[in-house]
Amino acid sequence: MAACIDMQELSSILTRYPPEQRYILAIMQDIQGEYKYLPKTGLQMIADYVDAPLSRIYSMATFYKAFSLVPKGRINFKVCDGTACHIKGSSIIMDQIDKYLNIKPGETTADQEFSMETVNCLGACALAPVVVANEKVHPKVTSSGIIEIIKVYGGPNDAADN
Amino acid sequence: MMPQIIEADKKMVLVCCGTGCLANGSMEVYQELQQQLANSNVNVSTYTKATGCNGWCEKGPLVKIIPDDITYCQVAAKDVAEVIAKTIGKGELINRLLYRDPKTKQRVKSHHQIDFYKKQHKVALRNIGEIDPASIEDYISRDGYQALNKVLHTMGPGQVVEEVIRSGLRGRGGGGFPTGQKWKACTDVEASVRYIICNGDEGDPGAFMDRSIMEGDPHTVIEGMIIGAYAVEATAGFIYVRDEYSLAVKNLGIAIQDARQKGFLGENILGSRLSFDIEIVRGGGAFVCGEETALMASIEGNVGEPRDKYVYPTEKGLWGQPTVINNVETWANLPVIINDGAEAWASIGTEGSKGTKVFSLVGKVINTGLVEVPMGTTLREIIYEIGGGILNKRKLKAVQTGGPSGGCIPAEMLDMPVDFDSLTAAGSMMGSGGLIVMDDRTCMVEIARYYVNFLAGESCGKCTPCREGLKAMLEILSNFCQGKGSDADLQFLMDTSETMQMMSLCALGRTAANPVLSTLRYFKDEYLAHIHEQHCPAGVCRDLTEFYIDPEPCTGCGLCAQHCPVEAISGEKKEAHVIDQAICIRCGECRNQCKFDAVMIR
Repeated sequence: MAACIDMQELSSILTRYPPEQRYILAIMQDIQGEYKYLPKTGLQMIADYVDAPLSRIYSMATFYKAFSLVPKGRINFKVCDGTACHIKGSSIIMDQIDKYLNIKPGETTADQEFSMETVNCLGACALAPVVVANEKVHPKVTSSGIIEIIKVYGGPNDAADN
Repeated sequence: MMPQIIEADKKMVLVCCGTGCLANGSMEVYQELQQQLANSNVNVSTYTKATGCNGWCEKGPLVKIIPDDITYCQVAAKDVAEVIAKTIGKGELINRLLYRDPKTKQRVKSHHQIDFYKKQHKVALRNIGEIDPASIEDYISRDGYQALNKVLHTMGPGQVVEEVIRSGLRGRGGGGFPTGQKWKACTDVEASVRYIICNGDEGDPGAFMDRSIMEGDPHTVIEGMIIGAYAVEATAGFIYVRDEYSLAVKNLGIAIQDARQKGFLGENILGSRLSFDIEIVRGGGAFVCGEETALMASIEGNVGEPRDKYVYPTEKGLWGQPTVINNVETWANLPVIINDGAEAWASIGTEGSKGTKVFSLVGKVINTGLVEVPMGTTLREIIYEIGGGILNKRKLKAVQTGGPSGGCIPAEMLDMPVDFDSLTAAGSMMGSGGLIVMDDRTCMVEIARYYVNFLAGESCGKCTPCREGLKAMLEILSNFCQGKGSDADLQFLMDTSETMQMMSLCALGRTAANPVLSTLRYFKDEYLAHIHEQHCPAGVCRDLTEFYIDPEPCTGCGLCAQHCPVEAISGEKKEAHVIDQAICIRCGECRNQCKFDAVMIR
């Protein structure tokens, strides 16, 4: 993955903002948006750019939920675990994803194909429980429905051997 | 409400593009409409608008046709051709797209005739669904920026503060602190620089009213903030909004640009002495940043940790300067208070809580969506009259209000009028306005565990009572859900709750025990069933639940077997089915699907 990091592209993101510490969050968000995670080179470049210690950048990158320090899979399942989705069975959906792909929330499959994360509320409570695969919203997902969704994205037909 | 300004021979087609409708494919409907209308030969001139959230997410995508006042529900892109040919072209109604009133069984032409809307009173949401959020002209056509003009040219800053105090407006973000008093405290401090912040870091799971306002009517927030800036003489403002709310970020950005262009933001606004501008700060997805001191730390470019508030932000806030911070919905009410006057605005609501409140009504309720009602409306009216009652005719067990800092109110208290004070007295709180409806298949112990788990993950870790207390409570509650635990654990939960309430640094920790305390207060027998009988009465906790099919009511329809994800159910057609316990994963899907209540728990 590290080979894909384009230093020039990274610095073009940095220079969208003045070199002030109050823009660290915004810069990190833009990098996360571009790469779907924060590469280590990026963190170092932010530190140099705003003249802050790397530890400070790292503390922010790990404090805020929006950031990931590891790359996400080709297909990222965001399982909504807001209250409405939760009482309509989101935890079963996570268990099913774990069973078929052998990943827990926050993890990525070894082949970098799939990852799963939970989100607190997508504001689409009328469609609960909701799973978002990359940008596509899957409404009213059931314990059997999620198996079909995994298959559509090229996942295995059978549960993984744990 | 103002009528839409529309030429007589024109029809306007409004497509709801709020988050719920977008997820249901409303953008395709909108694009299809635009495309087909451009190429159609119907003899009516039309224009289409993508609006913000209409609130009735359950029936989305919604398409409204004006001036005919027709509302179509669950419209798909493939319906567009028929809508254009029949309704727009010939004025005919398409029956199947109209809402069918479940009580009268009649089709209803307009959303104005539907209980869901009839009982509502829209103030903060007044423009949403009616205007194109990306058009400042649309906002201006509905009295937009008139309140700003009024304060700048006919009122002094002190008068504005007085007006807000007289209105009795209390902060909509959770605490319910009187807004006018907050402003006054800020102006009482001698300073050359003051800041205004809009708190749009809506983090309560199951609450999306602020998102809807920022997406659907960004100018009302901006106008409210400029009025606030004039009143407290601030020079810069910040809107802190969750980065996940991409549409809100986009629409706010457009609105700020347009407002600058029209002279509502920038130097000498509308020829007055006021110079003020607004910047958007995107939040990093930390729940604790909804707490005002943590939010300010985040704007300053730090980790979003709160600080003790022996000095209030109105005295020393952002970068050490006096700062007024209010929630999105609070700002959205301000233009109305100024335009209509404090008395008129305050004529709605209860003695201690004036005005209206927006709630996101979600969970096991028929009409999921956003509703705005006068303060003091009862839970029964909200859930049964507006919400249409409980899904699948099940029994209401509790309503959760106030998000993770709130509590669960039992069904027996349905006739309680909802306002800041009544909710607090019931052991919950208003919070930002989430109303989560729970039926008899919701386990209250598991719900308490859910919230504590959420908060344990979101606790910033700065103070010990919150960090360690939540972890300890989570362990105990997780044990309960597996049938492990004792009466001593219940006592420990109470003691820990008390410590956290007294000793935590910020409101997150101080209120974190509310979900536990309120469920213990009203649903203690459910806790006892888990601990003493290793039984989950709701059939949710999987370690304590076994599903079986009662052969008596089972008709052998096979629906359960069809939906079982692990093929654990077998049986001949028209004969009672059986669940193989060795295969069953206890997901409960069979019980959800069964039309005859034949799936039982033990």
